[in-house]
Amino acid sequence: MNEFMEAQVRLSWQEARDSYDVVIIGGGGHGLATAYYLATRYGITNVAVVERGYIGSGNSGRNTTVIRANYGLPESVAFYQRSLELYRGLEAETDRWLMHNEMGLFWMTHTETGVRQEKMRAKLNTAMGAITDFVTPEEIHAMCPEIDLEGGGRYPVLGASYHPQGATARHDRVVWALAEGAMRHGVAVLQHRTVTGITMVGDRVTGVQTDHGPIGAGVIVSCVAGQSTLIADMVGLRLPIRSHPLQAFVTNHYQRTFNHIVASVDLATYVSQTARGEMLIGAEIDRQPSYSYQSSFDFLQSTAAKASMFLPFLKDLRILRQWGGVCDMSPDSSPVMGTTGIDGFYISTGWGTWGFKAIPAGGESMAELVATGETPDLIKPFRLSRFADDRVLADAGSSGTQQ
Amino acid sequence: MSLMLRCPHCGPRTIEEYVYGEIPVVPDSITDPNQRDVDFAFMKANRRGWTTERWFHLFGCRRWLTVERNTVTNQVRQPTSSS
Repeated sequence: MNEFMEAQVRLSWQEARDSYDVVIIGGGGHGLATAYYLATRYGITNVAVVERGYIGSGNSGRNTTVIRANYGLPESVAFYQRSLELYRGLEAETDRWLMHNEMGLFWMTHTETGVRQEKMRAKLNTAMGAITDFVTPEEIHAMCPEIDLEGGGRYPVLGASYHPQGATARHDRVVWALAEGAMRHGVAVLQHRTVTGITMVGDRVTGVQTDHGPIGAGVIVSCVAGQSTLIADMVGLRLPIRSHPLQAFVTNHYQRTFNHIVASVDLATYVSQTARGEMLIGAEIDRQPSYSYQSSFDFLQSTAAKASMFLPFLKDLRILRQWGGVCDMSPDSSPVMGTTGIDGFYISTGWGTWGFKAIPAGGESMAELVATGETPDLIKPFRLSRFADDRVLADAGSSGTQQ
Repeated sequence: MSLMLRCPHCGPRTIEEYVYGEIPVVPDSITDPNQRDVDFAFMKANRRGWTTERWFHLFGCRRWLTVERNTVTNQVRQPTSSS
């Protein structure tokens, strides 16, 4: 963050103390939201958030900022709808403009089986409180005439589930608002400090080792993205997580308002317009598991081709910049959060490509778990032990990244 | 440039032609047979650095090859064998 923004959001940095009741590893959206809700909901303020770079420099600064709740399983819809509702109130609550913009989201399909699936999604979502309607190609055209219903001749649009509460928000502002809110209550955010180890006595964690000395901790919450396995390795915990790069890019600015989020399920490509007017385009994860932040030319080529099949005006734009992040992909495309079987060590991971939308509900749930010691009902289905219990929540079709 | 793997049968091809195959290794520290099954099915080493993995040449010769790859740099050591 530059000095101008630091002055704007009034972040108050503290020197590190020797120990805290709660140490949160990872100063991204999820880590700061956990600290924010611990401070504001439970009055737990003896908290440190340890971040190896600057806040929001990981996946919180590398995503495509879509907020939606149109998932495919009742448990997921309930969770993401809670997050969507928290986002709606977050500007008023933090008194910060997050550029939250409810654009409405088209989740388009190009196959007959996809039509059945989207009709089912609309019913399920509506039943779980996330407003979603199935819309025909004619209705899509009436709402968003830019969409080529012929799909470039190759992917005709047969319908879509329409999610009017689908939104975007400015990722940096979300991170800063949560950091500011947490800091105002006395939470310490320690930037440029890398966790190198976790100390344990018996089965209980007692603190973290960092490159700037040790910090004692009553409870440790890992809210790391991309590198969760490295943190889990420190306590000998096995995770069902594989790191995959995810890339995205923006074009130069489109000189008209495009107030929709358009996603194609079958092409695994999604498009929205940023507040600057750039068209933001994302697609599926890279094939190879990797910790590399490298972006590639053929991603641009294949994704630009796919996106311009259903939004032909994109052909007249130019690509301005691209970036990559490293995602924690879980085997069932659902998050992994809660207790770990290690005393005092909680984890919030498996956020794959769906982490930004989950920031408030993820933080709220982890804060409740830390404060009360009880796993909230909302996140019980996402527990790490679900794999051993044979209760996986397979929902790859809702993540937009199926392979 | 996309990541390239050299198939012993087809020559160098981009990663899009291949399907990833992990070599699951259950740690010896897990002794309970049920836990070993769970670990085998779901848990990943997700190693940072050099790793040995299998790739299936789906859109080519449809054979498996073994590749050593660095997961940080994506540097690939040439496949040593195929089977």
